[in-house]
Amino acid sequence: MSAARQGVVKRSLLNSARFRGIIYQVLVVGLVVALGWYLVHNTLINLAARGIATGLDFLGREAGFDIGESSIPYSSADSYFHALVVGLLNTLEIAILGMVLATVLGLVIGISRLSGNWIVARLATLYVEGVRNVPLLLQLFVWYGLVTALPGPRQALNPLPGIFLSNRGLKMPLPESHPIHVWLLLALAVGLVLAWLLKRWAVARHARTGRPFPWLWAGTGLTLGLPFLLFLAAGAPLAMDVPTLRGFNFSGGATLSPEFAALLAGLTVYTAAFIAEIVRSGILAVPSGQTEAALSLGLSRGKTLRLIILPQALRVMVPSLTSQYLNLTKNSSLAVAIGYPDLVSVANTAINQTGQAVEGVGVVMTVFLVISLALSLLMNWYNAKVALVTR
Amino acid sequence: MTGPGPHDHSASGIAAADIEEPSAVSVRLPPQRSRRLMGWARENLFGSLPNTVLTLLALWLLWEIVPPLLSWGLLHAQWSGDGNACREAGGACWALIGQRHRLMLFGVYPYEEHWRPLLATCVLIALLATSALRAFWRPWLLAAWAGGLVAIAVLMWGGVLGMTYVETDRWGGLPVTLVIAVLGLAFAFPFSILLALGRRSDLPAIRAISVGYIELVRGVPLVSVLFMASVMFPLFLPEGVTVDKLLRALVGMMLFTAAYLAEAVRGGLQAIPRGQEEAADALGLSYWQKTRLIVLPQALRLVIPPIVNQFITCFKDTSLVTIVGLYDLLAATKVALADPEWRPFFVEGYIAAAAVYWCFCFFMSRYSQWLERELATGHRR
Repeated sequence: MSAARQGVVKRSLLNSARFRGIIYQVLVVGLVVALGWYLVHNTLINLAARGIATGLDFLGREAGFDIGESSIPYSSADSYFHALVVGLLNTLEIAILGMVLATVLGLVIGISRLSGNWIVARLATLYVEGVRNVPLLLQLFVWYGLVTALPGPRQALNPLPGIFLSNRGLKMPLPESHPIHVWLLLALAVGLVLAWLLKRWAVARHARTGRPFPWLWAGTGLTLGLPFLLFLAAGAPLAMDVPTLRGFNFSGGATLSPEFAALLAGLTVYTAAFIAEIVRSGILAVPSGQTEAALSLGLSRGKTLRLIILPQALRVMVPSLTSQYLNLTKNSSLAVAIGYPDLVSVANTAINQTGQAVEGVGVVMTVFLVISLALSLLMNWYNAKVALVTR
Repeated sequence: MTGPGPHDHSASGIAAADIEEPSAVSVRLPPQRSRRLMGWARENLFGSLPNTVLTLLALWLLWEIVPPLLSWGLLHAQWSGDGNACREAGGACWALIGQRHRLMLFGVYPYEEHWRPLLATCVLIALLATSALRAFWRPWLLAAWAGGLVAIAVLMWGGVLGMTYVETDRWGGLPVTLVIAVLGLAFAFPFSILLALGRRSDLPAIRAISVGYIELVRGVPLVSVLFMASVMFPLFLPEGVTVDKLLRALVGMMLFTAAYLAEAVRGGLQAIPRGQEEAADALGLSYWQKTRLIVLPQALRLVIPPIVNQFITCFKDTSLVTIVGLYDLLAATKVALADPEWRPFFVEGYIAAAAVYWCFCFFMSRYSQWLERELATGHRR
């Protein structure tokens, strides 16, 4: 432009976008590393000043605290690592059960919200708007308060024979262990595999010849029928371990602890409201022309929903469902507030005892990252399966 | 539409000539859907057999739930008096709210000074309400926020103008909830813009750092972030430097919210057509000029509804600071219910707290839906 600028013929290195990019990156990375180093440095000084050990050695030491419920054998003489595994299993248990129940409830509520039935639609809306706008932690406190406010074992509610609801949790009968149980599980697995093979064959034949085969019913029958036949063949061993009142508490049967019940109820009810909204928007995203076309082809309402609407709605729903499942898993960490021994609350106890906060929080974060990653991968694989195949 | 008449079903065109003029006998009734209540009920409640079954089931459910609820919440409820009066009444104890609402709303803040958190809450709500209206989206709004926040800080801390000093350990209730939600989001916002820009940057190292941060934080529960903030924060700082508990929770909340907000901002950035950036490049704008003048003004406009939604989440999530020992609305409610006299009536207390949360969240979500329609622009697909 001006004469002075025209004199500078040689371009400065600073005018190269590539070079500046490198400079920026070096600066930012340097800043992040410096910040990290500063924090680590301070932490090490602070830990040394407080006489707290560093490193993961504490995992091998004796934990010395009891855990209320555990799906694997555990005693306070076991190591911290063992305690954390118990906590992780408890987290997974509540998360998986919660996902299944929340999906079922959410599907029902979501479809109800779109129902042509005025009362049902209004009730579902009331549920969604009521539950979604109140913090989960508050709901958990209410559930926990309600469960522990139940009468004691002696005045336990007995809604169904053998099932007792008291402030000690939910007691229910459990089949007495019998050698046939292993075989029943095996039969179930075989039935599932056979049903899957049947479905493959039926779908292939349908594609080839156009003749449909009711694989859903046949497969369900196969999956359930095989174990049932085996059960009958073994003489139907129906001996149940029924909980009975002994002194001040029940003995026998299976127990759902108050904490577990409250957490499960809270997570299910809360997440179901969000899943219902996802289901609703997924169904609404399917153009109404699809329904009309299906009905004009003579498909029944149920078949239209199952064969036309849901497969298309699923595509829209899967990514949001994934994030809701992840939320549920992360929200299960609120267990710490009502005393269910999940991973976070076990890790907290460990931190309080050893003082090794950095390692404790690090372990929790790593585990949750792995769970998130695994769940994302699983759902991405599923998403790829149901996603629309385009050119 | 509703009036029955002989020409009601008049077919149009030539066909009408072929049809006999209907006699008085063959007058048809209007279609069912137009008959008032019965028609509506047939259409919406008893249209088919499954529909009827559903209706009956729903009615049965209502019959099971509503009368006991009414009898508990209204007929046998106790509206005033103490815990003993409630025990005798046998119904809901709404007297609890009359007696304990100040503890629930303001926690352990000095009792005589409750007008200060009340005023601070009102200022904050007024600021939020003002910011909700587009007519007020002017530069002076920023000044109003700055002034309002200073006023809130003065009111809450005191120590000047003859007000006694109140340390943050004694702050509690609704003001704490609102302050953490508002400030957490406000501080997270600039950070989240940087993260979102970083995630879409062409520079691999910057992209990697942004993606790493966002995915790391989004992968872990808020509880562990808050624990980290409350337990590990003191370890990170040089010896002798202590940070207030409230500030620690605020930092944790901010770091957490920023990651989620960054994804919302990225959604907005992705919605801007590529041509906008190319045009800016062609005009010779630098990266920051392009971002500041072309990309962000368009992207942020799209991101406002998701930000409001994020604020709702953030508002609900503030209840988690209860776990790290701060007295927000939920924790203050818990404290108010810890008294043995009122302990049996925890449901009423939680219902009151839930009503406060619900009002905020419900109106904000309605607002966000309205805003989305209001701001809808051409290139949102």
